Amino acid sequence: MNEVNIMIVGVGGQGTLLASRIIGNVAINSSYDVKLSEIHGMAQRGGSVVSSIKMAEKVYSPIIEKGEADIILAFEELEALRWLDYLAPAGRMIINKQQILPASVLTGQADYPEGVLEKIRVSTDNIISIDALSVARECGTTRAVNTVLIGILARLLDFPKEKWLASLENLIPERYLEANLKAFETGYNYIQ
Amino acid sequence: MVLKELMLGNEAIARGAYEAGVTVVSSYPGTPSTEITECIAKKYDEIYSEWAPNEKVALEVAIGAAMGGARSMTAMKHVGLNVAADPLFTASYTGINGGLLIVVADDPGMHSSQNEQDSRHYARAAKLPMLEPADSQECKDFVKIAYEISEEFDTPVLIRLSTRISHSLSPVEPGERVDYQLKEYQKDIGKNVMMPGMARKRHLIIEDRLDNLKRFAEESSLNQIFWGDRKIGVISSGIAYQYAREAFGNVSFLKLGMVYPLPEKLIRDFAAEVETLYVVEELEPFLEEQIKALGIEVIGKELLPVTGELNSRIIRERLLGEEAESEVIGVEDVPGRPPVMCPGCPHRATFHVLRKLKLTVVGDIGCYTLGALPPVSAMDICVCMGASIGIAHGMEKARGRDFSGKTVAVIGDSTFIHSGITGLIDIVYNKGTSTVIILDNSITGMTGHQENPTTGYTIKGEVTKQVDLVKLGEAIGIERIKVVDPFNLRKLEQVIKEEVSVDEPSLIIAQRPCALLKKANYSGYAIIDKELCRNCKQCVSIACPAIVDKGDQIEIDDALCNGCMLCAEKCPFDAIAKVGGSDE
Repeated sequence: MNEVNIMIVGVGGQGTLLASRIIGNVAINSSYDVKLSEIHGMAQRGGSVVSSIKMAEKVYSPIIEKGEADIILAFEELEALRWLDYLAPAGRMIINKQQILPASVLTGQADYPEGVLEKIRVSTDNIISIDALSVARECGTTRAVNTVLIGILARLLDFPKEKWLASLENLIPERYLEANLKAFETGYNYIQ
Repeated sequence: MVLKELMLGNEAIARGAYEAGVTVVSSYPGTPSTEITECIAKKYDEIYSEWAPNEKVALEVAIGAAMGGARSMTAMKHVGLNVAADPLFTASYTGINGGLLIVVADDPGMHSSQNEQDSRHYARAAKLPMLEPADSQECKDFVKIAYEISEEFDTPVLIRLSTRISHSLSPVEPGERVDYQLKEYQKDIGKNVMMPGMARKRHLIIEDRLDNLKRFAEESSLNQIFWGDRKIGVISSGIAYQYAREAFGNVSFLKLGMVYPLPEKLIRDFAAEVETLYVVEELEPFLEEQIKALGIEVIGKELLPVTGELNSRIIRERLLGEEAESEVIGVEDVPGRPPVMCPGCPHRATFHVLRKLKLTVVGDIGCYTLGALPPVSAMDICVCMGASIGIAHGMEKARGRDFSGKTVAVIGDSTFIHSGITGLIDIVYNKGTSTVIILDNSITGMTGHQENPTTGYTIKGEVTKQVDLVKLGEAIGIERIKVVDPFNLRKLEQVIKEEVSVDEPSLIIAQRPCALLKKANYSGYAIIDKELCRNCKQCVSIACPAIVDKGDQIEIDDALCNGCMLCAEKCPFDAIAKVGGSDE
């Protein structure tokens, strides 16, 4: 049983918590020991958020440390850059090409770095980038950004596709399900 | 095979309460403890649950339910236990009837708190047993054991969680609910009326109880030894155990599930079997000092930090001599992204005016504490729940009337009910002149939207009586009470100016629902007419995350904007208009 550490990074309000639970459910239904760690409360108000999913035969600490993430699922470019040093040497990044400006940038106190993806590429070639917001919009709801990214992730992991679909059906409210299944499918077929 | 479910530590505590046959839960929300009580209200109708006005009342309700013969529970964050400390210390003397459990969630690293106090000290100070689970399964199991201990030893029991236990999910095997029968209630003033004569006798009993609990700790399966390599032994508990286990690998562990009182003999026996003994704990050297007091040599806080969270890397570096983190992959400095008030947040408008008026602002605990950070930067002081009002009054008494004419206290509706009302009574009673602004957004916001006595709904969403803040102010003797919509910036400014200048206490209720509530009723989004805009940046000054200053022009991010139109209120050139949605 391979040990897999997945980090989800983004901005409070982007749906990272739901994403981590969907992944966690797939793992637990595949007989892995799983631990997920989340941050709730104050940090969620538009702040930088991170959650981690660790799966293995036995998991002790729920948190992923620097250099330990096999996959980082980044919901936003700047956040991808911020958490880059958590990526394991052979780790992969899935990056949503969306930019959400932090307060310091909005008010002109700081600049949003130029060419974030190029900067990340200096450190790792293992990047899959996608404009998940546009894909989600085409699928019927901008709130399906997380399922687009999960679709890509599903392709990188060894779990059967049915387990992913079951997890989505389990955790996503009925009225958003169709758009999210479509979003997942698009993500799943994004890489060949 | 029973299917395991992924649960938050908090959800597992709730599940444990359900399975233990608990029937009464009263709590006040506080990160990271909130989901315990929320989960009970949402999932387990067999349990009566409520949001109390504060943690002291919540614990008193739980004490009452336990004295009445039920199994009861209260859950709170670490600083909440300070508020509830008064009943805690004396409930230790009275003991219980039905089982009583107090769950307290610490926040090492202060993800969402104003300090990182270590609640284990309360167990020792109040002479109460404390358990500390290390994952979600243990959260559930320990709740059930806690009730057995509570009833066997006639004592309230504490369970200590920390953020990484409360907010981590791990597998839990659900079980059946026990059919707990109410214990008979009998009047017993020697036990339940704590006057000096009775309390002196009870104190002796409590000391005996502690001895008995120590003996229990020696035998209990809560404390476990895992033998590995005996060159190194590690004593640890809770989340720190998980970090230690990951860092040390196959050494010997004494994992304490009960962190007070400690099993002295078990610790001595374990210590005798290993060459080097470490104590790994987050925050204070609580275990370490007690173990050292037994004359046992241990390595702990001389190498490990007493501040912030632990993790396995810190343990490897400090205790195993692993080289400090070499940069795995270099990351250049990226702009920080601290939390901000949401677009459409009513507090933004109030703070905008307070900043404009250059007032000294004594703040309080809630989303609005974010008003202290740039670019809003409109708060001077924030200490604890409800403190804004007393502090403003104290400053007036120290610095005089002129100073109070330039000072306001700001406090949210839930925080005001929690512990602000007593401060306000103090101002009126002791002839203060301070101005207090209640930021009434119709909800307890920061912890994720809980109802409170000012909202008119219970935890279950049932309609109930609503505290009338105006009548409440009148009843305590305030003669100047103004209710204002903070989005009416001119009116709000005028009212604040007036009220700080009068020689008597005044109460301003800035009333507008949280932008995330349905009843905020925002729709569409704002756009800037480039023809009309003079780039004066008045709209930027309200510090809305949807307004982007691009230097030579200003843009509004239509994905973030919710059409609250506060920026339009601010614009001197009528250059901002609403697109889509319905006009009110």
